[in-house]
Amino acid sequence: MGRWNLLPLGGFIIVVAAFLSYFFVFAYFPITRDFPWLNLLLFAVGLVVLGAGLRRAFAQPERWFGKVSASLLSILSVLILGLFVFYNFSLSAQLPESAGAPKVGEKAPDFALPDQDGREVKLSELAAALGAESGKDRYVLLVFYRGYW
Amino acid sequence: MEEFKQRGVRIVAISVDSPAQNAELREKQKYTYTFLSDEKREVVRRYDLLHAGGGPTGDIARPAEFLIDSAGAVRWVNLTENYRIRPTPEDVLKVVDGLAP
Repeated sequence: MGRWNLLPLGGFIIVVAAFLSYFFVFAYFPITRDFPWLNLLLFAVGLVVLGAGLRRAFAQPERWFGKVSASLLSILSVLILGLFVFYNFSLSAQLPESAGAPKVGEKAPDFALPDQDGREVKLSELAAALGAESGKDRYVLLVFYRGYW
Repeated sequence: MEEFKQRGVRIVAISVDSPAQNAELREKQKYTYTFLSDEKREVVRRYDLLHAGGGPTGDIARPAEFLIDSAGAVRWVNLTENYRIRPTPEDVLKVVDGLAP
């Protein structure tokens, strides 16, 4: 009498967790964000578990049910891994050249933009307020970011 | 963030979000630095940082950091090759410490 083979399902759940945990947990910490080694490790564990399940489903079909489901879960898992690799190493690296961005030593183009309260802020005025004296800021760090739309 | 203040670094964040969105984000995350809103993408374009179609609703800024001195000159630039990868506060502090006063 055959039994249900839970290894493929377990492996698939690990793969899904490997995918989602990057976006909900590991992307918040630079060490696991910049190179997603923890997630890739989780993917590897998930695929090993899946592989073991797949093997016994095919090697001992009289003992373990679920050849079809194990195969489907494996295909889905590989697709999820593919999506993850594509996002992390290809999609997020598609950025413009920015050859015209201000370079070290050049003057930063001046601008005026509204702050969070709608007040206009000019870069030249921020720079003019800087100084070497104590109590004064020495640098302005402009951080351009993608935003939250 | 306290360490940026100690070293005399004034942080100014710029995105294409509206002032209202920035105010909300600032409030929610308890950020104390200035957020500027470039809804028309004018400054993003002038700094050649426009990532056309980079966001679900259109053009956004690619992540980039510029350190500006009192003469208005750029002292350090960072343009990431992958938007997931950005400098840590410690990276920037190290740069500031390495600059001549």
